Amino acid sequence: MIRIYPREEYCIGCRLCEIHCIAQHSSSKDLIKAFKKERRPSKRVEVEEAGHVSFALQCRHCEEAPCVSACISGAMSKDEKTGVVTNDPQRCIGCWTCILVCPFGAVRRSAVEHKVVAKCDFCPDLEIPACVANCPNEALIMEEI
Amino acid sequence: MKSYLLPEFIIERNDYRCIRCEVCVRQCAFEVHRYDEEEDEVFADESKCVGCLRCVTLCPTNALVVRENPTRIPQNYNWTMDYLMDAYKQAETGGVLLTGMGCDRGYPIYWDHIVLDASQVTNPSIDPLREPMELRTYLGAKPDQLEIKSHKGKASLETRLTPQLKLETPILFSAISYGAISYNTCESLARAAHELGTYYNTGEGGLHKNLYKYGKNTICQVASGRFGVHADYLEVAAALEIKIGQGAKPGIGGHLPGEKVTAEISRTRMIPKGTDALSPAPHHDIYSIEDLAQLIYALKEATHWEKPVSVKIAAVHNSAAIASGIVRAGADIVALDGIRGGTGAAPTRIRDNVGIPIELALASVDTRLREEGIRNRASIVIAGGIRNSGDVIKAIALGADAVYLGTAALVAMGCHVCQKCYTGKCNWGIATQDPYLSKRLNPDIGTRRLVNMINGWSHEIKEMLGGMGINAIESLRGNRLRLRGVGLNQKELDILGIRHAGE
Repeated sequence: MIRIYPREEYCIGCRLCEIHCIAQHSSSKDLIKAFKKERRPSKRVEVEEAGHVSFALQCRHCEEAPCVSACISGAMSKDEKTGVVTNDPQRCIGCWTCILVCPFGAVRRSAVEHKVVAKCDFCPDLEIPACVANCPNEALIMEEI
Repeated sequence: MKSYLLPEFIIERNDYRCIRCEVCVRQCAFEVHRYDEEEDEVFADESKCVGCLRCVTLCPTNALVVRENPTRIPQNYNWTMDYLMDAYKQAETGGVLLTGMGCDRGYPIYWDHIVLDASQVTNPSIDPLREPMELRTYLGAKPDQLEIKSHKGKASLETRLTPQLKLETPILFSAISYGAISYNTCESLARAAHELGTYYNTGEGGLHKNLYKYGKNTICQVASGRFGVHADYLEVAAALEIKIGQGAKPGIGGHLPGEKVTAEISRTRMIPKGTDALSPAPHHDIYSIEDLAQLIYALKEATHWEKPVSVKIAAVHNSAAIASGIVRAGADIVALDGIRGGTGAAPTRIRDNVGIPIELALASVDTRLREEGIRNRASIVIAGGIRNSGDVIKAIALGADAVYLGTAALVAMGCHVCQKCYTGKCNWGIATQDPYLSKRLNPDIGTRRLVNMINGWSHEIKEMLGGMGINAIESLRGNRLRLRGVGLNQKELDILGIRHAGE
C-alpha cells in the first residue's frame, strides 16, 4: 500500500502542490489552460498554514474510511490491494455525507461536475502523484507501507 | 526625504503565462509581488527586488523575467550606476554600506588566465575510468625526514607522525558560522562532508549539539569572539582553526545583529539571547607571532596533541612573510582567504577594496615557504573564489594542498549570489534565521546537491589529471610546469611562477 506523508518541517507554503493538483485534474492537464481557459477543477490537496507552520493535506485514505461506510450510493470505495479510496462519479449522487464525515476535511464538492465530490485519487495516470512530484522541497513523500 | 534610488531590477510578467497562482507572492520575503483581487492581477514593487531569482525559479509557468534595470545616466566611465546609487544611499541614510558574499568588482581573475597542460604522443595520458586515480589528500605537517627501522625483515616507521586530516578529495567546505547561515544549511554541510569523506568548518559561531555526531568531519574554529568555544567543542572536532582574518573583510571583526541571535544560537554561541555577537577585529591575546604560537600550543595541549591546528588569514600584501611566521609558530595548516572570499555581512568598501587575489597570495606563500625550506611543515588550504573543478586543479598545481569552498557550496544549495545575506531575509533559506524561510532548505536536498557537485568536480579533476598523464593528485601539487599563463604580463607570471603559453 502506498501513502503520501507531509513533512511539516520542510513545507514552505508555496502551494505548488495545489496548483499542480488542479492542472492534473483538468481535462487538458496543462497549467495555463487549466487556470485560464477551462472551468478550474477543485484542488484535492490543501496547504494548512499558521505562521511559519504549514503542511499539505490530502485524503489520508484511512484504514477504516468513514466516507466509504457513510456513502449511501456505493460510489466511495476502497481498493483492497492499494488501499486507495476513490469516488465513482457515475454513482455519486452529491448527498455530501462523505464531506460531513471526513475527519480531515479532505473531500470537497467538485467545481466542475454537478453533484459530485472531488477528492485525492492518487493521480492514477501518473507514476508519482502530481503534488509529490512537484513539491520543490520534498515536503510531500510517497511511501510504501 | 524623497529617495533618489532607482530599482536595480525590472520584473517582466508574461500575462499570457501568469496563472495568478501567487507562488511568487508567497516566496518573496522582500514583499515585491502583490496580488490584487479586484483587478485579478499580480503587481510588483520593483524597488524592493534584490534579484535572487527565487520567484523566477519557482514560477510554475515560466511567466517571470527579472533583468537589470536598463535606465542609465548619460554614459560615464567614472560614475557608474553602482557608485551613483551607493552615493544616494549614503546621502539618504548617513550609514556605512553593507553587503554580503564576495567582492564583485572586476579585478583580474587569474584562474581564467591560466591554462593546463595535457599529454600528447610522447607521454601517455591515463583513462581514469580504466585505471586507478588517487585524489586522497592528507593535511598536516609532514616530517623533514622519515626514519625506518628494519627488524627481522619487517620494516617499521620510527618517526612519530603529527596528526593528519584525511580527505578523499582535495576539497573542504569553508568556515560559515551558524548564525550567518541557518541550522539546515549547517546540517547539509556536515552531512555532505561526512558522506564525501572530507571536512566542513563551523566558522566562529560554535557547533550545535545536534551536529556533534559529525565531529569526525568537522573543523572547529576559534575566532576573536571565542563564541561557543569550550572543552567539548574542542574535543569533538577533527581539527581546530584559529581565525585571524577573512578574505571578505581583512582587518575587521564580525557583527551578528541581536535579531539573529535566537534561542538556539544563543545556546550554541554561549551569549545572551538577542544580544549582538561582536567579534573584535584582532584577537586581543594575539599581537605577535609569539602570541599566536601560544594559542596554537594551548589548543594542541588542550586536545592532547591529537588534532592538527590551522591558522586562517586573509590574503594581504605581505601574506608570504606572515605565513612563514604562522608555520614557524607551529601551525599544521595555513588557510589563505582571497579578496573574492564571501561573508554574511561586511562593509561594501572593505569587501571591495581590501585584500589581494588568492592566486597571487597562494603562489607567493608557496614560493616563500619552499625557499625557506619549511613548506613540508604545514599544508596550504586556499579559499575565496573557487568556482569549479578547473579552479581547484589550477590551485593545486600552483601549490595548494586543498581548497575551501564557501560560496560554491552555498550555490550548490540554491544561493543565487544576490549579496543580501546581511538582511537575514534569504529567500533560499540559507542566510537566515527566520523559521518561515529556513524551512526552504531541506537538509536532505542540501546534502544531496553538495555531494553531487563535489563528486562531479572530483570526476573532472581525475579526467584532467589523466589527461596530463598523472595518476595521483600528489604528483601535480606545486607542479607549476603544468600551467601556462595567457594574457598576463611578466610581473604577474613571475609572481605566479609560471611561464606564458607558447613558452
